[in-house]
Amino acid sequence: MFRRLTLLIAAGAALAALLAGGSPAVTYPQRIVSLSPTATEDLFAIGAGKQVLAVDNQSDYPKQAPRTRLSGFQPNAEAIVGFHPDLVVIQYDPNKLVAALKKAKIRVLVQPSARSLADAYAQIGELGAVTGHTPGAKALVERMRERIAALVRSAPRPATQLTVYDEVSPDFYTATSKTFAGQVLGLFGLKNIGDVADDGSGFPKLSQEYILSADPDLIVLTDIRCCGQSPKTVAARPGWSGVEAVKRGAIVRVDDSIASRWGPRVVDFARAIASALRTLSRQPRG
Amino acid sequence: MSPAAAPERRASNTVLLALRARLPGAAVRSPGASRRRSGLWFAAAGLFLLAAVVSGTFVGPVGLGVGAILRDVASHVPFLGVRSHLTPPESAILWQLRAPRVVLACLVGAMLSSAGATYQGVFRNPLADPYLLGVAAGAGFGATLAIVYGGGTALGSDLLALAAFAGGAVAVALTYAIGRSAGAGRSAAAFVLAGVTVTSFFTALQTFVQQQHAQSLQAVYSWILGQLDTGGWHDVLVLLPYAAVSAVVLLLHRRLLDVLSLGDDEAASLGVSVGRVRLVLVVAATLGTAAAVAVSGLIGFLGVIVPHTVRLLAGGSYRLVLPLSILVGAGFLVFADLIARTVLSPQELPIGVVTAFFGAPFFAIVLRTSRLT
Repeated sequence: MFRRLTLLIAAGAALAALLAGGSPAVTYPQRIVSLSPTATEDLFAIGAGKQVLAVDNQSDYPKQAPRTRLSGFQPNAEAIVGFHPDLVVIQYDPNKLVAALKKAKIRVLVQPSARSLADAYAQIGELGAVTGHTPGAKALVERMRERIAALVRSAPRPATQLTVYDEVSPDFYTATSKTFAGQVLGLFGLKNIGDVADDGSGFPKLSQEYILSADPDLIVLTDIRCCGQSPKTVAARPGWSGVEAVKRGAIVRVDDSIASRWGPRVVDFARAIASALRTLSRQPRG
Repeated sequence: MSPAAAPERRASNTVLLALRARLPGAAVRSPGASRRRSGLWFAAAGLFLLAAVVSGTFVGPVGLGVGAILRDVASHVPFLGVRSHLTPPESAILWQLRAPRVVLACLVGAMLSSAGATYQGVFRNPLADPYLLGVAAGAGFGATLAIVYGGGTALGSDLLALAAFAGGAVAVALTYAIGRSAGAGRSAAAFVLAGVTVTSFFTALQTFVQQQHAQSLQAVYSWILGQLDTGGWHDVLVLLPYAAVSAVVLLLHRRLLDVLSLGDDEAASLGVSVGRVRLVLVVAATLGTAAAVAVSGLIGFLGVIVPHTVRLLAGGSYRLVLPLSILVGAGFLVFADLIARTVLSPQELPIGVVTAFFGAPFFAIVLRTSRLT
């Protein structure tokens, strides 16, 4: 009788395990190679950091990411395969990299630059699903949504719409509101002076004369590290000392890596803008 | 005149007459008539430059109004009692952006065109441009090093200009050293080949450094495409002494260019010290080119388009071609810059794109004409 009972319990347990596990047990990738700095940030933020084996040479955040000399810009398929990854996340596909990795039977996930916050959230969700961290991904997206909404609410919105100039490089390339960064600026109700000149790429080169005559209220500098720009260099440019943003010191410095990625640190970008708008509202208009 | 120069002057006068007889379709004219004709060409070139400067000042992405601009200019003249109606931003646009840009375009255009004309004469190669001896590649390499290792050097900064100038000068010195040591004869062709070698070498170095530091690509590419708008009056003042020295030296030697264009042996037999003259001309032209490249990046095609256009219109003698190239080159770059900033306004095209746009069909035209000296 005891034997029959044990058999029954064992069968019941096996059935329960089978039902709970669903179909054959899913194995999530444990040797992930990320060649996209944004994907690196996403992976660590959703809790999949332990599954990341190697990241490219530009992935400098978070600090504990296993940085290697792999290049996401000019990737070497052999070098990547040498790590024996089971998943490679890339940003774009140069030199038929995807085809090469497929030949080596390695799974590739392509996550191109996001054009909107919705895109960015979708990519985080995708990474969560692929690495088995769906709850983590969901939580991250919720956190980002909440924080950005709170920052937008906290930033003052004056009666007359403020204009903004988002500088991508010191030869006056700008990010219009069609870009990821431009969309975040748009959330704050700012009018982007680059929109008039958009040629579809989202990054037109503006004429300096136009910038001076548009007289933006806020300048966002995202060319700090690459090109040595700062509020001081902007004020020193010939003719710029009369610009509204320069006169009131409303020049926001955003680190190049934050401005060019679409990961969790977009919250930091929003925070910098909100803080600048709060400071600006406390000063009377010149 | 020094004893050394006297035979050169005599030689060049004889040679000029002989040259004019040689050129297809040209009859030997009396000195009076040819002087009148050259006077006409100078007047035309001067008018062209004036028209360019005026349009460059009055026209731009921001419409200031001709009357308002004239009033503002008059308000700077003392004792006239005219007050300007421009707002401070508009005044800043006119005097801090547009005016220095037009002047810079004049200087850069003049230097690149005269350097191109000089190289075409010195190396007897109709397609020689100011970058023939490796200035472009050397300056590009210097600029890349400054951008990558200069701790985030801003575009338009002095360090960048210095590095570009130094790179260009080193490249040309290297070309000259290789050319001089190349076998017997030290011919013009040897220098051209040395220039190709040095250009390839520095281009390869530049590409290597850029690839190692991919984040510098945007900044370097922007510099390579050329820019006339980041410097303001500062760049104009930096460039002015180099432009003056280069222009004066080249203009003083323009008759000798005619002699050199006959050939090394012929020139030597007329009493011209070929090696010395070539060195002086190359140094002067390179000085001007390196300085222009240092402040405004690599603006191409100018050094070929302008001298050839001038030759097509006014004949092949460097006595005319050199000063006319200076005037027409200045005007041409001002017009090109005007197009760059108005055709897609308020977007701006890099100046290198506009000159290339003119340059490509122009090469086709040059190939079909017969007067290529």
